[in-house]
Amino acid sequence: MKARVYVMPKAGVLDPQGKAIGHALEGLGFAGVGEVRAGKVIELDLAETDPAKAKALAEEMARRLLANTVIESFRVEVA
Amino acid sequence: MKVVVVVFPGTNRERDMAIALERATGRKPVMLFHRETALPQGTDLVVLPGGFSYGDYLRCGAMAAQSPIMREVAAFAARGGHVLGVCNGFQILCEAGLLPGALLRNASLRFLSMDCHMRVERAGTPYTAHWQQGAVFRAPMAHGDGNWFGDDQTLARLKAENLVAFRYCEPDGRTTQAANRNGARDNIAGILSPNLRVLGLMPHPEDYVDPLMGGTDGLPMFTSLVESLASA
Repeated sequence: MKARVYVMPKAGVLDPQGKAIGHALEGLGFAGVGEVRAGKVIELDLAETDPAKAKALAEEMARRLLANTVIESFRVEVA
Repeated sequence: MKVVVVVFPGTNRERDMAIALERATGRKPVMLFHRETALPQGTDLVVLPGGFSYGDYLRCGAMAAQSPIMREVAAFAARGGHVLGVCNGFQILCEAGLLPGALLRNASLRFLSMDCHMRVERAGTPYTAHWQQGAVFRAPMAHGDGNWFGDDQTLARLKAENLVAFRYCEPDGRTTQAANRNGARDNIAGILSPNLRVLGLMPHPEDYVDPLMGGTDGLPMFTSLVESLASA
């Protein structure tokens, strides 16, 4: 089954990339854009067929490697 | 004194590090590839040099922190071994959990390649014994992700336990915001482990160890190491 791991900078952690994207959007004339945060999505193709187990596995992977929980938070979706 | 310099794919500052170490110790360090699973017998110091290990994939240092030799380096540190991480080496030490916090993208989003000044915040350690407390020295920096971050609790603990080794400062020693070019929390340039034997810092003291390089500002770190490790 497929698992998607969403990794985002934690609230309160400076996200200069998101800030720069926000400035660029403003420069393009998009009005009303508040805070912009940039993260990443990691897609995993897992042999596991049980959704709960696949989710737990992907979460373990996120904790051990895919996210650095000092600065990032993560969320897993399975399908 | 037996020094091991660990080389990962993408490491590119191991040679300048080797020059500085050889100059201070009189012996060539052992270059050890990341696939090795053991440190040489009698290793006194492990150095993780600068570079862009694994192309900075995922996060700077994240891949290197998982490589086979890092399990050995962690065990070596746990036994009280000395480990120095410079630039990418500092990032790897944080990713491996040997030092607290993480290195974020520079606040300016720019790659910074220039000299900086640092103030010695903790003299009397194996790495800083040859400096006076509060001494200011110059070192080149070359990084895109040197913005040290730790949460409030981590920062408070580092300060309470006096584990901040170096802070970015002006040439006169003032720790201003302008001197803190990468945006690191509290101007932190380098931190120590509680036993003072693991040090990570972003700038490159190894690049100022000979007048021909433009200065010898970084030499005290290496002479300090030789002295403390020779007497250990």
